[in-house]
Amino acid sequence: MDKIIIKMKKEVSDKIIEICDRFNNAPGELINVLHQTQDYLGYLPAEAQELIAERLHIPTAKVYGVVSFYSFFTMQPKGKYPVSVCMGTACYVRGAEKILDAFEKELGIMPGETDKDGLFSLTSLRCVGACGLAPVALVDGKVFGRLAPANVKAIVNEYREMDKQ
Amino acid sequence: MDTIKLKIDNREVEVPKGTTILNAAKQLGISIPTLCHFEFKGMDVHNRPGGCRLCVVEVEGRRNLAPACVTECMPDMVVRTNSMRVINARRTVLELMLSDHPNDCLQCAKSGKCELQALAIRFGIRSNPFVGPDHAQSSYQIEVSPSIIRDMNKCVMCRRCEMMCNEMQTVGALSAIERGFPAVVSTAFNQHLDHSPCTFCGQCVAVCPVGALTEVDNTSKVIRAIVDPTKKTVVQVAPAVRVALGEEFGMKPGSIVTGKLTAALKALGFDYVFDTDWSADLTIMEEGTELIGRLTKYLGGDKSVPLPILTSCCPAWVNFFEHQFPEMRDLPSTAKSPQQMFGAIAKSYFAEKINCKREDMVCVSVMPCLAKKYECSRDEFKVNGNPDVDFSITTRELAALIKQANIDFTKLPDEEFDSPLGESTGAAVIFGTTGGVIEAAVRTAYEVITKKPLPKIDFEELRGLEGVRSATIDVDGLKLNIGIAHGLKNARKLLEDIKAGKCNFHAIEIMACPGGCIDGGGQPLHHGNGDIIKARWEAIYQADKNMPIRKSHENPSIQAIYKEYLGEPCGHKSHELLHTHYFDRQTTVEVDLNK
Repeated sequence: MDKIIIKMKKEVSDKIIEICDRFNNAPGELINVLHQTQDYLGYLPAEAQELIAERLHIPTAKVYGVVSFYSFFTMQPKGKYPVSVCMGTACYVRGAEKILDAFEKELGIMPGETDKDGLFSLTSLRCVGACGLAPVALVDGKVFGRLAPANVKAIVNEYREMDKQ
Repeated sequence: MDTIKLKIDNREVEVPKGTTILNAAKQLGISIPTLCHFEFKGMDVHNRPGGCRLCVVEVEGRRNLAPACVTECMPDMVVRTNSMRVINARRTVLELMLSDHPNDCLQCAKSGKCELQALAIRFGIRSNPFVGPDHAQSSYQIEVSPSIIRDMNKCVMCRRCEMMCNEMQTVGALSAIERGFPAVVSTAFNQHLDHSPCTFCGQCVAVCPVGALTEVDNTSKVIRAIVDPTKKTVVQVAPAVRVALGEEFGMKPGSIVTGKLTAALKALGFDYVFDTDWSADLTIMEEGTELIGRLTKYLGGDKSVPLPILTSCCPAWVNFFEHQFPEMRDLPSTAKSPQQMFGAIAKSYFAEKINCKREDMVCVSVMPCLAKKYECSRDEFKVNGNPDVDFSITTRELAALIKQANIDFTKLPDEEFDSPLGESTGAAVIFGTTGGVIEAAVRTAYEVITKKPLPKIDFEELRGLEGVRSATIDVDGLKLNIGIAHGLKNARKLLEDIKAGKCNFHAIEIMACPGGCIDGGGQPLHHGNGDIIKARWEAIYQADKNMPIRKSHENPSIQAIYKEYLGEPCGHKSHELLHTHYFDRQTTVEVDLNK
């Protein structure tokens, strides 16, 4: 029966409040507020959703409903090196699924997840406009083209080594 | 009013502009099947997402089938509700729905009352062409809270519960989450209902067409207590149960079955069959005295007195203000609800009287309510871990118990409640509907303040089924401003007004369920039929009229308990046994200074 108090860093709560204020705390601006909050934090933790619900006067369940509905929104913090495998048509027909499988195996995580060191997160996306290089994956913003499943281990190791230094 | 003429199944019909095909067909006696659609006549409750597509009809000139529940009639429309194309489409919709629904109807709590099951029967579904590999189906964790069981494997995404929780009650505990197959109605972050703003009003359960939302079933615990020779079982029955229980046995809505109900409880083997109406009278003594006390201070010039006083009988309403308006928790009366007053007295005064130890007594309540299950589990209503009320069962659960015990309810002779916690007044029975608690309080407050007999017992101005009502009662020159709200969205309106200082009420009665307890989450399912609620409502006032005594302070056994045990209303002993306190349970985000 205790009161539930959610603690949050001041700079984070200040920033979210500022975002909500920018949209006049209007319930109809929920999606815009979520976009900007995710831009800032990289993800939408439960605390952030609670605070947004409080500021916009909408039930937290409704905020969570929107966050869980759109695949763009995530409650998982992104890894230091986010991995995105293109599943667009061109990449798909050239075996993107196998590339994704290889990353899943190498990192030990499924799409939408982040590994336990917080180093890598894995997602799939639709077309990065590099169809000539299909199949394509992005690692930390860098494009890797003409991939084969056998290349995946080397790419991951490259970033692991880089991180150690 | 503008009207429209159209043809449905080759028959002409004239309807007001804006009427849906579904309602126009109804006018012709054609009942188009629906599932997600829910309309609660007279209560301003609608669920029309047009999502399940079971109500599709063929409209001449339209390429696609149209959902009848959300398609408005147009002039000269030609509609077919039963063509081969329509029937095949409905069957397919139903088969697809059943392909992701468990087949355990025999063990389901809603079996026999399930709207999906009724549709499967109506359409003669005998096989399922859409069964996935290994009968794969969406699967969710079954969640059990003190009042409600959520088995979302059975959810058909009609979203009636979400509508009730958000629009009717403005509680906001439930929302549709996720998309595609994982889509389901749930709480924020899938957390337990206990950690959500849920009030346990049970209106979601009352409208769920399938077995996804049901009450926690305590019937086997009750049977175990009855057959245990070391236990004395004491049962209390809430006012609204006696005007609804008959429906479970095919009796007409609004049948008053107090006598049969008492006989059934005795036949079930309870040692003492008492009445929550008795403790409702006690509530009036305490709450009424508190009201008079606060008013006298206020009129004497003390403007710091918390006013308006808000009633506190409804546990879902208590949960609501603890979660949503904790800063106003000094306003509600501190009087416990009648269920809890009864439990406290049964396990003290009455236990002493029959020389029974607290641990050897099992106190059962029969309630129209799901929040009562939660209420009796609250820690402040326990003594050394032993609850004042051990188990609360709903009207529906009592009906199930009676059926299990081979009791032919409709043929039972009328019997009387036992003494002393069974004597009550007409003022107590009207606790079962909106406006009743405050009317009972006014009947007593008037006579206590003026020391004169009431010129007229019936306060018609306090009665009705509109969501928010107000009246000014002339108490011998003192103008008492009274507000009444039922349905938590209406309660919210009054609370916002109080907060904004726009409110001149002295006292406000609030009940969480639309119509009050007569439409509680534990009552026989009404499937949106507002006439049933109206009939129960009328029966409550008839039951009041049938009582020889109609004012709480004239109840002789209430007078006796003050004389021999409690002393005076709101006195020391009363405070100890009959009053409570409230908590701030709002979820808030605070700055963490340690980080």
